[in-house]
Amino acid sequence: MIRGFSDIYRTLFGMELSVMFQYRAAVVIWLLGLVLQPVVHMVVWLTVAESKGGSVEDFDAGTIAAYFLVMMLVNHVTFTWHMFEMGWRVRSGFFNAILVQPLHPWHRDVLQNIAYKVLTLAVMLPVAALLAWYFKPTLQPPSWAVLAFVPALGLAFLTRFLFEWTLALLAFWITDTSGLNNLYLAFALVFSGSLAPLDFLPAPLQIVAAWSPFQWMVSFPVELLLGRLTPAETVHGLTMQLLWIGLGFSVMQLTWGRASSRYSAVGA
Amino acid sequence: MNALRLLAIFFRLGAMNEVQYRANFWIQLVRTVMNLGFALFAVFIVFDQTDHLNGWTPPELVVLMGVWTLMGGLLGVAMQPSMEKFIEDVREGTLDFTLTKPEDAQLLVSISQVRVWRLVDVVVGPLVIFAALSYMGEETDGHEALGFAVTLTAGTIILYSFWLMLSTVSFWFVRIENILMIFHSMYGAARWPVTIYPGWMQAMLTFLVPVAFAVTVPAGALVGRLPMPWLFGTVALATVLLVASRLFWKIGVRHYSGASA
Repeated sequence: MIRGFSDIYRTLFGMELSVMFQYRAAVVIWLLGLVLQPVVHMVVWLTVAESKGGSVEDFDAGTIAAYFLVMMLVNHVTFTWHMFEMGWRVRSGFFNAILVQPLHPWHRDVLQNIAYKVLTLAVMLPVAALLAWYFKPTLQPPSWAVLAFVPALGLAFLTRFLFEWTLALLAFWITDTSGLNNLYLAFALVFSGSLAPLDFLPAPLQIVAAWSPFQWMVSFPVELLLGRLTPAETVHGLTMQLLWIGLGFSVMQLTWGRASSRYSAVGA
Repeated sequence: MNALRLLAIFFRLGAMNEVQYRANFWIQLVRTVMNLGFALFAVFIVFDQTDHLNGWTPPELVVLMGVWTLMGGLLGVAMQPSMEKFIEDVREGTLDFTLTKPEDAQLLVSISQVRVWRLVDVVVGPLVIFAALSYMGEETDGHEALGFAVTLTAGTIILYSFWLMLSTVSFWFVRIENILMIFHSMYGAARWPVTIYPGWMQAMLTFLVPVAFAVTVPAGALVGRLPMPWLFGTVALATVLLVASRLFWKIGVRHYSGASA
C-alpha cells in the first residue's frame, strides 16, 4: 500500500539502488573520470604555484590541494547525467512507461541520482582519503562554516539538478543534443570553479561567473568548507542559491509542460 | 599492400555512408573547434598566472594541444569505432561474419568502421602545430621533424596495440565496453605534459594506459625536449607491444565460440 511521498520515495530509492548494484563494475569505472579530472587540474595548478615560488593568488600548495579535493567531492555529489540519457528515452519510447505513472518524472531521476551517489561514496571517500594523504591539503574551516556547508551542498545539488534536468528536456526538440551538452559542460567547467578557483580567472571572466548560476553549484560550497568565506558572504551565497533554485524550478516546470505535450510516443 | 587496399575500401564505404549525413561534418567541425578552444582556453588561464609550466612555454604547450587533437583524430577515424564494433560483435555473436572472411581477422576488426568526419581533427591538429611553431619563430630542423614522425607513428602503434589487447579481453569477459571509458578519462590527462604529474601518475599514464607516448613524447620531439633514450625506448616499446598484441589476439580468437549457434 503506497501512501504519500515518503513511501513512494522509499520504494523508488530501493529499486534504483538495486539496479545500480547490478552494474557495480560499470559504476566504479565511471568514477575514474570524476576523480582524474580534478586531480589533473590540481596538479596543473600545483605546478603553476611551484613556478611562482609557492602560491597562486592567495592559495598556497596546501590550499590548492584542499580546494581540488573538496571540489572533487562536491562535484561528485552534485553532478547529473540525465542530459546524456534523455535523448535515448525520447527516441526509444522509454518515456511512455514514465509518462503513465502519476508522478513527475524528475522525482525518479533525483532518486536515481541519489542512489548512485550513496553507492559510489563508498569508493569515493577512501579514494579522497588516499589522495589527501598524498597531496597533504590544509584547511581550517570555523565550525559554523562546517555547519553551513551541509545546507549549501544540498542547495547546490538542487540548483545543478534543476538546470541540468531542464537542459536534458531539450532532447524533446533536438534530435542530437551531444553538441549542446558539451558546450554546456565547457561553460560549467570554467564558471563553476572546476577548472580553477574563480579567483584565478581574469577579471572579466570573474564578472561573468558572478552572474551565472554555475558558481553556486560547486565553487560556493567548496570555498565555504575551505573557510574562505565570511558569514555575510555565506548568507549571500545561500540566498543566491535559493533565488536560482526558484528560477530554475519555474523554468523546469514551464519546459516540462511544453515538452510533455509535444511528446509523441515512439515504439509499440 | 593488401592492408592498404582493404583500408581504402572501408574508407570509401565509410565516406559513402557519411555523405548521406553531410550536416555531421559541421557538427564534427564545431566539436573539434570547441574541444580545441577549451584546451587553448585552459592554457590561456594557466599562462595568465605564470610564464612557464614545468619548463614548457605557452607556444610549446599549444604544440602539445595540436598533437593531442591530431592523435585523437588518428585513433578516432578507424581504430576506435572499429574496436567498439568488435567488442559488440563478440557479445552478439556476429563476429562469425568477420572470421569467415578470407582476410586476416585482426586487420578486419581494426578497420571495419571508418568515421571520415574525424579527419577534421587530423587536419586541424597539424594546423595548430604549424601556427604555434611559426609563432615561436625557431626553425624546426630535419632532426626534430624526423623525431616527431617516428614518435608519432610509434605512439599510434602503441595505442593501437593497447586497444587491441584491451578489446581481445572481451573473448573471455563479454561485458567490457566500459573499460574503454578508462581510456577516455586517461586521454584527457594527456592534454598536459606528463612530466608535471607526480611519479605514480606518470607511471600510470606511461605503462598502465600508455597515453604519455602518444602525446607528450611526439610533442617533446617536435619542440626539442625529448632525450634520445626516450626516442629509442618509444620505438622499442611499439615493436614489443605490436608483437605481443598479435600473439594475444591469436590466443583470444581461439576462445571465440560464437553466440548464435
